[in-house]
Amino acid sequence: MNQAIQWSYVLAALLFALGIKLLGSADTARRGNALSAVGMFLAVVITLFHHSIVDFRLIMVSVAVGSLVGGLAARRIAMTAMPEMVALFNGFGGIASLLVAWAEFTKHSSTSTVSTLAILFAVLIGGLTFTGSLVAFAKLSELKLGGIRLGKVIAFPGQKWFNAGLVLLCVGVVGMLLVSTGEVSSLFILLVGLSFLLGCSGVFPIGGADMPVVVALLNSCSGVAACATGIAIQNNILIVAGSLVGASGMILTRIMCRSMNRSLAHVLFSGFGGGLSSSSASTDGEVNPISAQDAYYVLEAARSVVVVPGYGLAVAQAQHTVKELATQLEALGCDVRYAIHPVAGRMPGHMNVLLAEADVPYDALAEMDDINPLLGGVDVCLVIGANDVVNPAAREDEGSPIYGMPIINVDNARNVIVCKRSMSTGFAGVQNPLFFKENTRMLFGDAKASLQELISEFKHA
Amino acid sequence: MESVYLALILMLSAFLGFELIAKVPSTLHTPLMSGANAISGITLIGAVLAAGSEHSGLGVWLGAGAVFFATINVVGGYVVTNRMLAMFKRKKSKDGQ
Repeated sequence: MNQAIQWSYVLAALLFALGIKLLGSADTARRGNALSAVGMFLAVVITLFHHSIVDFRLIMVSVAVGSLVGGLAARRIAMTAMPEMVALFNGFGGIASLLVAWAEFTKHSSTSTVSTLAILFAVLIGGLTFTGSLVAFAKLSELKLGGIRLGKVIAFPGQKWFNAGLVLLCVGVVGMLLVSTGEVSSLFILLVGLSFLLGCSGVFPIGGADMPVVVALLNSCSGVAACATGIAIQNNILIVAGSLVGASGMILTRIMCRSMNRSLAHVLFSGFGGGLSSSSASTDGEVNPISAQDAYYVLEAARSVVVVPGYGLAVAQAQHTVKELATQLEALGCDVRYAIHPVAGRMPGHMNVLLAEADVPYDALAEMDDINPLLGGVDVCLVIGANDVVNPAAREDEGSPIYGMPIINVDNARNVIVCKRSMSTGFAGVQNPLFFKENTRMLFGDAKASLQELISEFKHA
Repeated sequence: MESVYLALILMLSAFLGFELIAKVPSTLHTPLMSGANAISGITLIGAVLAAGSEHSGLGVWLGAGAVFFATINVVGGYVVTNRMLAMFKRKKSKDGQ
């Protein structure tokens, strides 16, 4: 039977790799996800035949309750809340790895240094993934509610030193656990506590704007934790699947960082996006408000429109309204596309999911690098609830905190209409010179309400 | 199993992970991440082994907790990914040119 289990793991590993590969293209992604689910099912079911499993009661109950909770949550969750959900699931993966490593530790008698080290590493990473994800979850959902307290940078003086001290302390405790031969359970509990603390204090100081990076990084961590657990309990499939996820999460993290022109260290340690005030941005000129009716005239005359959605659109749940407006425009023969910044929304690729939910065809979604060279020939750029990702200061103002971040160059279009609640700053806390440009018109108000007004203009015309 | 052997597996699969993800369009990053997230619930296997083990006491209960959390991760992850991907459709816009 053990042989059969090992072979099923080989098959599962193949299915995971194939699944991830197929997830990379829109046409095959669903099949890829299904394949990887089959791999998981296979691996878990075959494992139940392992000779060391003597009691199935606890397993059955836990699996039943877990499936119920997970399945219900996944079905009920609104697409706008996807980042929170993924963060939370990440955290659960982390805590599961911690618990498995802990269970292994309790029956650990004859020790090799490698497996003990792996156990301790799994606990450390699993624990910080858990609390880090919970904090990320809290920050993300607080933002969604509109209260921004938690989403802001929460830090105290000397936080970096505190965190550095925590890390050193963890290393110290791990070292003591490795060499000590006596009773160590209290030290072990201390390590669990420290890992929890590290996750909290690591993510608390990171601002809402950087959450895409944090979610990607925690995703990677949950994989690394599973991988370490695999080394601890000497299980191949855990090592393979865990490191697959760990590596893919790392790549995504790097892509996110590059999209914001920041290093990972800068994201994690700078407390960016908090109290930074806007001193350097050039805000000469006047803000030109526009009424829905005038915006209608501009749009009606346009032959090509590029919609640039941002988090504000997600908050206002306006993705369906945008699609409706696009349908009206298309009926007039206008070409409508969507330009999506890699970090638009609160999670990489989040905006694409929201638009897909509203039935926007996949082909109409353009990536930043593809659409930027074409923007000069576009009649109207309709910016909805986006701010930092269209801020020309990133291109022009060397003093700006977001200088160097790749942006969608909407100011190159003939006309720009910005749907925005007020003149307040975005997550990065910097003023946006775009709003003061000559070809920019501001359509103030709730994104959804403004769009609905526009649509009714179209309908009455 | 020998540590060297484990290290080899680790290295190769990490490399595979890097190779597989590097060229995915950013459009698909959210489903990709939640799909990968579901795979990281593989720790469920370790959890099952711990929860059903003949060693009684603390370890078993820790295992049961792990099974619970890992199952949420696995089931929730796959279901939500599937739900998202079901919405991605490739089609020409009806009213366009």
